[in-house]
Parts: sequence; structure tokens; C-alpha cells
Amino acid sequence: MIVSPKKIITVCSLFFCLLLGVMLTSLSLGAAKIGVAQVLRILIHHAVYFDSPVGPEGLIILSVRLPRILLAGLVGAALAVAGCSFQALLRNPLADPYILGVSSGSALGAVLAILVGLSATSFAIPLASFCGAMITVMLVFHVGKVGRGLHTNTLLLAGVIISSFFSAIIMFLISVVQNEDLSKIVFWLMGDFSFSNYHFILIILPYIAGGIGAIYSNARGLNLIVMGEETAVQLGSDVERLKKMAYIFASLVTAAAVSVCGLIGFVGLIIPHSVRMLFGPDHRLLIPASTLVGACFLIGSDTIARTIAAPTELPVGAVTATFGAPFFIYLLKRRKV
Amino acid sequence: MANIDVKEISFRYATHWVIEDLSFHAEEGEFWGIIGPNGSGKTTLLKILYGLINPQRGRVFIDGGELRRMKRTDIAKKIAVVPEETQISFPFTCLEVVLMGRSPYLGRLQFEGRDDFEIAERAMSLTDTLRFSKRPVNELSGGERQRIFIARALAQEPEIILLDEPTSNLDIGHQVEFYDLISRLNREEKLTILTVSHDINLASEYCRKIILLKGGRIFKMGSPREVVVEESIRQVYGSRVLVDENPVTKSPRITLLRKEPSNIGSPEA
Repeated sequence: MIVSPKKIITVCSLFFCLLLGVMLTSLSLGAAKIGVAQVLRILIHHAVYFDSPVGPEGLIILSVRLPRILLAGLVGAALAVAGCSFQALLRNPLADPYILGVSSGSALGAVLAILVGLSATSFAIPLASFCGAMITVMLVFHVGKVGRGLHTNTLLLAGVIISSFFSAIIMFLISVVQNEDLSKIVFWLMGDFSFSNYHFILIILPYIAGGIGAIYSNARGLNLIVMGEETAVQLGSDVERLKKMAYIFASLVTAAAVSVCGLIGFVGLIIPHSVRMLFGPDHRLLIPASTLVGACFLIGSDTIARTIAAPTELPVGAVTATFGAPFFIYLLKRRKV
Repeated sequence: MANIDVKEISFRYATHWVIEDLSFHAEEGEFWGIIGPNGSGKTTLLKILYGLINPQRGRVFIDGGELRRMKRTDIAKKIAVVPEETQISFPFTCLEVVLMGRSPYLGRLQFEGRDDFEIAERAMSLTDTLRFSKRPVNELSGGERQRIFIARALAQEPEIILLDEPTSNLDIGHQVEFYDLISRLNREEKLTILTVSHDINLASEYCRKIILLKGGRIFKMGSPREVVVEESIRQVYGSRVLVDENPVTKSPRITLLRKEPSNIGSPEA
């Protein structure tokens, strides 16, 4: 079935309803049991009067769970779209948002911020991690540039090398420096939403929304790129501009996501892959559908992370991997038959 | 109205000149073959002809317009390329691949319209590929995939088609089928065709003009009868061949001769 605006709208409306359902369910789950009806009442009341939360339940829903769910949704969407973009750029369906080293750069940024004495819960960590990520992105970009063009194989090598170099520095710092805050970095490396608040959401929203928008507006170009760079040129597209766009915006979106919640694996790999298996590889549908499915998936995973072993919280990255890996194997096996 | 005018072009990668001082002129509706040994610059020449790379010296004109000043989309509306072999890891259906040929005509956020579907379907019926329009292109056989790529090229509604060793991975049945199709498109759709080929016999059978390249220069250019002669082939490829006539079509035909004399398998034995 060929992608048409009608098909995109149908599929996306369906996933949007699913997203709303997942959000409502997630809002009602947790240490305090709050029914879905009550959740709706609180949300509607707040939306109408726009006042500060009323009562303990209002506080839990609006100040604790809602920001966390919105942030998880935003990060899930970001990672899924970044995955689509990197997979197209590298013409490899197994690429993920961390493949070019954004993760190690942001981790290094966070570790350094903790080492110079900034508190692990302050705004400094996301900022330092974002800077670390963007520096890595630029470094990899410059190493991967051959003449005026981006060479995807060189880019991939540059990403792998810079990534292992930074990981080595992180390991060195963790082993040499005795710092209690640093142990929190281990949690951060597996992904963590427990510090969510509305400020984080407002700060990363423009980067993520803008990045996804920019990538989506080049969706047909990405279709051509996966057919091969020379083919894309033969079909009239400006491949160098497209590659830079795909690389820069996907990295930006990933950096924004990683800076607020650490490294969450599997989302950027399995969401685009699953959506592709269901609806085909056309990026005009793949990108919006992955945005919504990625949001659903990460909200669901985070809900499990905070409820399954309550009051202990699991790192959300452990949940996405636990559910993601078997699901991925199932998809791969099913396709072979 | 689709002629190609190549004027004294030279191209080098780093320090080594791959194309040197090369000129030719192809008129609308002609069928050209480019032959030559490995590394003689065939594929580089093709890449220059659709503007993937720009020669350091000389110029290429398409219908009088200089290629390097044309927009990519405008080039793609005039020139389509059928690639040698493409690894595709994403399961686009054949119809989706053929529709990609409409890209140069679409705005960035524009979807294919009814016209585009009609053009794609016509291209697929010309190449006899309609029946696998819903199959993923990465599951087709080599011959089927090459026909899909011709269909995509036709969907670009080009005036010129460039082919880069299009049959190098096809068996002889599919090779003949492929060139028959190209030859029919050349006659019926008035398309200008330029094909790079390793197979001198196929080139001499189908092309009306042949360029024989040696070390980035034109060694000989003309009709198959003028170019495919024992002495030229020996000088360019360094191998002894026998040239006679295809008994059916009378085009020149080469037969490879072993360098070491041997009686095993020789006709006299």
C-alpha cells in the first residue's frame, strides 16, 4: 500500500489515541492508586481553571506523574525519530541514535560536571551533558568530512573511535576519583526519569520539536538516500545537504533527550524497525508513526520501571532492554517465516 | 532535442588524471556504447555526464545548457541513470521504487498525484514489471531488479538514459532481453542512450556508435565496424582477438584467443 496523506492521517490518529490511552493509564498507576475517572477529573479541572493542583491526588498527578510522563513521551519520540534518521543516513537498519558517539560525549559531560563539584540533581548536569554531546557531534562531523562532503563510512569510524576514547576517559575518571555522586552516574547511564520537571520539558521541547520537524520535512529525501547516495543524486536530490541535515538534526534531538534522562537504549533501534515492518520503509509515514509509537513505548517502559518493584525504581533503560530485546527477536524471527 | 556535447574534459582524482582531453557529441535518439578495459575511465565519464562529479577542465553541455550550471532536479528531468548493481537493505516495494523516479517533479512536501501513478504504471508496463509492483525490491532476482531500475528511469521521463554496466550480473538470456528492451525504448521513445559495457559483443550488436577508451582518452570512436577491429582491441586491451561477423546480424563479433597456444579445446583437435 503506497503512502498517501490519508493513510498517514489514519495511522497517526490511531497511534495518537493509543498514546492518550497509555498516558491516562500511566497517570493512574503508582504508589497511590488513583482511578482513571479521577485522573480525568483532575486534568479537566486543571485545564479549565488552570490553578495550582488541589489536594494530594492533584499534586501527585499534576506535579509528579504528569511531568515525568510528558518527558518520557518527548524523549521516546526523539530517540525513535533520531533512530529513523541515522538508519537512513547510514543506510543500515541496525543503526541507533548512539552509534555516532553522542552518548559517550554526553556521559563525559555529565561526569565532568559532577567532578567539578556540581550537584547530581542540579540543572548543571543536563547542560554539561548537552554540551558534551554537541562537542562530540561537531568532532565526529569534522573527522567524518572528506572535502566538502560527508563520507558515511568515515563518519561511522569517527563515531566509534571518539566514542571509545571518551568511554576510556570516563572509566579512568570513575576508577581514579573517589566521589559518591559519581556512583549516580551508573544509574544515569541506564536512563533515569526520576528528576523530571516541567522546566526540563520546556527546555528540550524546542530542540526536539524543531529537530523532528526538520527531519520530517526531508522525509522523501531520506527515502532516496536509503536507495544509495549516487541514486539519490541521479533522482535530483542534493545529497550532501540531506546527509548533513539528517546527521545534525538527529544528533541535536538525541543530545537533548540524553541530557535530561541519560542513556536509554533500544528505543531508537526497535521503534523504527517495528514501524517499518508494519507499514513499510517510506519515511513520510515512518517518521510520524515512530514519533508516536516511541512516545507510547517509553511512557509504558517508564511506568513499569517505577511501579514493578515499588518503592524501588528500576533504571528505565533496563526495562526497555528487557522488553525490547525479546520483542525484537520475535519480530526478526516472524519476518523470516 | 536531447544532445550531449562534451568539450575537452579532463578529470583527476587527487593527482592522477582519469579522463584526459575527451570530446564527443551525441545527437538525439542515438545509441552509444562506451567500452574499454578496467580503469580506462568509463564509469568516471558516466558520472561526469550526469553531474555527480565536475571535470576540472572542459565543459559538458546538455541541449546547449552547461551541465554544472543546471539544478539537480532539472538534470534529473533530462537524464536518468540505470545503475550497475545496488544493495538495498530497506524493503521498498517495486511500485514505490518506480515512483521515486517522479521525485524531481515533486515539491519537498508534495505527494505523488494521479499523473505520477499513471506515468509509473506506464513505465512498469513497458518494462513488463507491473505484476511485481507490490513485491519488495530487495527480494527480486537480478534481472527483475534491473527492469525495475529501467522503469524508475523511464518514470523520470528523461530524454537521455545512461547505463553503467547494466548487464554485468545477468545471465545471457536476461542480457539479451535487457538490451532488446533498451533498444526498443531507443527507437520508439526516441531516447538517447549511452551505455558503459564490458561486453564488446553486446555493445557492437546494439550500439550504433562506440567510444573505445584507453587510459582516459578516446582511442577510437565511430561505428562498431570502425572501432571493433582486431588491431584496436589488441592495442587497448592487450589481448589477441579474432574479429569476424555475427552470422545473423552482420555486426562485428570478437572471439577471445588464448595467449598460450594449446590444442585442448581447439576446433582442430
